Amino acid sequence: MKLFPIMGGIHPDYRKEMTSEKPVVALPLPAALYLPLQQHMGAPASATVAAGDRVRKGQLLGRGAGAVSAPVHAPTSGTIKAITEMTAPHPSGLPTMTIILETDGKDEWADLPAPIDDPFAAPSQAIRERVAASGIVGMGGATFPSAVKLGLGTQHKLEILLLNGAECEPYLTCDDRIMREHADAVVDGARIMAHALGAPRVIIAIETNKPQAIEAITKAAQPFANVSVAGVPVQYPMGAERHLTQAITGRETPARKLTADVGVVVHNVATARAVHEAVRFGRPLLSRVVTVSGGAVVEPKNIEVPLGTPVAELLAFCGGAPGAKRLVSGGPMMGQPLPSLQVPVVKGTSGILGLTLAETRESEPQPCIRCGSCVTYCPCGLVPVEMASFIRHEKLEEAAKIGVQDCVSCGSCSYICPSHIPLVHFFNYAKGRIAALDRDRRKLEQTKALVEAHNARLERLAQAKREAAARAKAAQSENTDAGRANA
Amino acid sequence: MLIDVGSLAVMGVTLGAVLGTAAKLLAVPTNPLEDELQALLPGSQCGQCGFVGCSQYAAALAKGNTPITLCAPGGKGTIEALAKKLGVHADTDGHEDKGPEVAFVNEELCIGCLRCIGECGADAIVGAPKQLHTVIADACHACGKCFKICPTEAIEMRPIRPTIAAWHWNKPGERATH
Repeated sequence: MKLFPIMGGIHPDYRKEMTSEKPVVALPLPAALYLPLQQHMGAPASATVAAGDRVRKGQLLGRGAGAVSAPVHAPTSGTIKAITEMTAPHPSGLPTMTIILETDGKDEWADLPAPIDDPFAAPSQAIRERVAASGIVGMGGATFPSAVKLGLGTQHKLEILLLNGAECEPYLTCDDRIMREHADAVVDGARIMAHALGAPRVIIAIETNKPQAIEAITKAAQPFANVSVAGVPVQYPMGAERHLTQAITGRETPARKLTADVGVVVHNVATARAVHEAVRFGRPLLSRVVTVSGGAVVEPKNIEVPLGTPVAELLAFCGGAPGAKRLVSGGPMMGQPLPSLQVPVVKGTSGILGLTLAETRESEPQPCIRCGSCVTYCPCGLVPVEMASFIRHEKLEEAAKIGVQDCVSCGSCSYICPSHIPLVHFFNYAKGRIAALDRDRRKLEQTKALVEAHNARLERLAQAKREAAARAKAAQSENTDAGRANA
Repeated sequence: MLIDVGSLAVMGVTLGAVLGTAAKLLAVPTNPLEDELQALLPGSQCGQCGFVGCSQYAAALAKGNTPITLCAPGGKGTIEALAKKLGVHADTDGHEDKGPEVAFVNEELCIGCLRCIGECGADAIVGAPKQLHTVIADACHACGKCFKICPTEAIEMRPIRPTIAAWHWNKPGERATH
């Protein structure tokens, strides 16, 4: 398959060998699971259980609320201890509504929805509904509800479902292991998704540093003429949706548009496996594969973890991470710092890294020497040096004009900067701040509209009163006239 | 015929001149900057800035003899917009941003007197005579007029807690804001 080059990007030390040959092992069932009602982009789910309820594995705990939302299910059987606010697995460390499930060790299944016998004969709507009801979200880390993304075929003419097995983040090997160990499930899930999308072709893109995964998937995809496998060059951020689309099809996604606008929808390989489970067996999303790695972790592993397991239990299972300078959720490039070890593993947690001081490469920022490396390596064709200097002086509008909102926060610029300037941190700040100011502006506009409506109403009432008074006066004078005439 | 045309023409010119001069001499001076500034303010006439309403504050701003940080419901966004329009530096150091707030009716104290409803410029309070009132949080812009008028002190201004959805990274080198 012909591949197209993508601009910029970096070649960090991948360090995947720590876990790439470690088969996925199951975590012993924790005593309690902490399930946030928001593990996805969009509106939080609303709880359908109460404290004291006994629940079984796969039972619905929280229903998706609104068009973009996802439900939450019980990963095992047990009793609901409480529904309360707990620290979210989010860098802010803000509280989020969490269901605490005390496990009973019986792992007793609830009644599951019946499998869809022939998904390729089923209407797209039925597949989407099953995916939505199973709580499946984008498992590469973006956690966007998959059912919404599977509905893109209704508005766009799609040609290709691109299954993302690039896994370009260093350290992480969860997708690699899933492709090796569950190749058939991944391919089947991908075919079901392509059917739901109405996309005639499936391309599974895997970076060439995962030869065993390519082999396993190629074998599994053999019987299906419309499924092909593409080995893509090892380059960070190859796994970014837009960049992968460009590498495979040569089509560049315009700014602020979706890849669907160029006929491509990208889904992660772990999502495909979850869709397979939901459609073929009726099982909702209850667990995920997490890579626990990093120089500080005693025994790095790939683990199948029930959602809601505290990170501390995962680390304990891997022998702990003594001397970890930094604990990260996700990969080292785009991952987020963990606010505490008590936060749970959620649907988007692809890795837990315990990094040593040498691995974090932390240094004091020095002045910019205008070397231009960040410009060369930016995979989005932006000018990080200029954006950062605007943002430093709080000139957010100017930064937006030169495209700070098109930054995908891949961190290539920060990685490459010889002066250790936290460039991507500036951009994350600017993107958040611009969004916050935008919210303020919309609120002000809404208030103005309400005030105007209020004033217009008062004016209408006053007008009606005046008219009524005039009518009453007219009627009165008419009466007097009539009286005079009678007299 | 000629006299008719001539007299009408003379009348036209004279009256036109009179009207033109009157418009010049008796014109009410308006500052276009005032209107632009007023457009940036919430327009709820809450009076928290110390002026009677938004147009008076806008007039004072246009003259340049009042701080730009007085609009409480507008918050930091409005201050920045005003600073940009006026070309001055937004000195927010002295400005104490209470952070976003929302009015809340304490159900045990509300007597259903309707006064807050009459006061609210954004129709953000619903209720009926002698019935419990409540605030539509989405419509409330925290002008605080209801809080001031409530005879039973049933209304409090509650801070809006930061949410994960609204959270963003702080600027590198600055302290976290929450």
